[in-house]
Amino acid sequence: MKKTNLWAWLYITPTLLILAFFLVYPAVNTLFLSFLDRKSELFVGLSNYIFAFTNKNMLYAFRNNLIWLVVFTAFTVSLGLILAILLDRVRYESVAKSIIFLPMAISFVGAGVIWKFIYAYRPAGSPQIGILNAVLSKTFNLEPVGWLINRTANNFALIFAGVWIWVGFCMVILSAAYKGIPKELLEAARVDGANELQVFWRIILPVMKPTVAVVATTMIINVLKVFDIVYVMTNGEFGTEVVANRMFKEMFHFRNFGHASAIAVILLLAIIPVMIINIRRFREQEAIQ
Amino acid sequence: MNKKITRLFSRPLLHIFIVFISLMWLMPSVGLLISSFRARNDVLNSGWWTVFQHPFEFTQYSLENYAQVITASGLGRAFLNSLIITIPSTIIPIMIAAFAAYAFARMEFPGRQIIFIIVVGLLVVPLQVTLIPVLRVYNRLGLSGTFIGIWLAHTGYGLPFAVYLLRNFFSALPKDIFESAFLDGASHSTAFFKLALPLSVPALASLAIFQFLWVWNDLLVALIYLGGTEKVAPLTLRLSSLVNSLGQNWHLLTAAAFISMILPLIIFFSLQRYFVRGILAGSVKG
Repeated sequence: MKKTNLWAWLYITPTLLILAFFLVYPAVNTLFLSFLDRKSELFVGLSNYIFAFTNKNMLYAFRNNLIWLVVFTAFTVSLGLILAILLDRVRYESVAKSIIFLPMAISFVGAGVIWKFIYAYRPAGSPQIGILNAVLSKTFNLEPVGWLINRTANNFALIFAGVWIWVGFCMVILSAAYKGIPKELLEAARVDGANELQVFWRIILPVMKPTVAVVATTMIINVLKVFDIVYVMTNGEFGTEVVANRMFKEMFHFRNFGHASAIAVILLLAIIPVMIINIRRFREQEAIQ
Repeated sequence: MNKKITRLFSRPLLHIFIVFISLMWLMPSVGLLISSFRARNDVLNSGWWTVFQHPFEFTQYSLENYAQVITASGLGRAFLNSLIITIPSTIIPIMIAAFAAYAFARMEFPGRQIIFIIVVGLLVVPLQVTLIPVLRVYNRLGLSGTFIGIWLAHTGYGLPFAVYLLRNFFSALPKDIFESAFLDGASHSTAFFKLALPLSVPALASLAIFQFLWVWNDLLVALIYLGGTEKVAPLTLRLSSLVNSLGQNWHLLTAAAFISMILPLIIFFSLQRYFVRGILAGSVKG
């Protein structure tokens, strides 16, 4: 390598300035604001955090993010893994992959409209224009359900819209990892008498574990920041509030910048473990090279 | 032999499962597309799947919903705004990131490793933690509600990923070609423009597609920094407010949603290969 300090700084300075202004400074400033009152004038200690962990709507939001965390991550990662393995065995793999991957190109707002239409609800007796309720009432002769209003169903309805978008992402990454496993390894196990399930649990899963971990952490980050889908489909009503949506409301509807900052800091803290994992993984990769 | 039979037996099940999932994943978009061409009364009184009873009766389809949302609901203007926002928000960060990525990959300077590790850490910072301070500065400078403001914001938020991806790509280029270029007296800027950039066209393309779709599909950044200013609102912002104002007018909402999806879908189908490559190269973006 050539020694050219000055040039190096010239090359990275624009990036450093922009990162400092848009990410580093605001993060530090938000931390500071989270200890001030709604107009950022008086010091209020931890009261914004006490609010965040005691307010009824906030507790709903935490509960819902937790439901998202478990259900969304489990569904996207496991379905992505199943598809990655099964699609490898059919000739129309690329077509099926394109179809499942397609929602990744669509905005969450667009997907929100799509799924709101699927969940459309009319009282029993009138024609159902949402396909889900139509199937329920025509095929199974059941009462139609207000999917986005019903408090037991609505969070899962929103989560499924998210799953529809993100499964393709998981599938693509996991599929690349699966195809990287030497086929002789799997064949050898089969010749030795292992059945497909044993091959999956004893060989495929252990080999793919690092990739599954990467995909799962990406999904967890998505869950912590989930906003658009909820904002468009229910705006957090009927008990579907999530943390990011609460922050938006505190910021724009209630103009309480203390509350909003504290919620943002909580989101950041929740993501810091992922940050550390990423950095550690990066250093390991560098060490190998 | 026994194993062969069980495998043969499960083939139909495998196909049924895959075809079922594929249809299920396709159905939502198809339903949206069909509904967007149907008349108001048809959409409100019967499900979109009923068109399959007589799919070739072309009188039941029309472009009227599209005409209405493009003019009356301002989707035409929003489409233009989305383009105005997205194109510079794609080009600027990639240009800036390419220089930094080259420096991180190929130049020696104090703090190189630690600064890059900070960039890796910034990859997953939730935007929420930046919104209030940046918005306040924007309000003071008169940048909120302007295209320049949102270009800069997307540049800031897109940079960590762009630097990360390009730096990894530049590092993976063979060392020898750079060393022989330097032996021949090439400077770093020559190596950057004549070697690194031309060799990285696939990575740059992946990154551009990624950033383009990310900005085009973004709601939060537009919502915060463009706010209620309708003149500059992109499609996502317009569509999300139509969801409230149009309510049950599904014939219009579906047409509006499809307009917001058309460009990403074209890019997806024509450049899927690069899109997938970008995802594989940097699956850590937050």
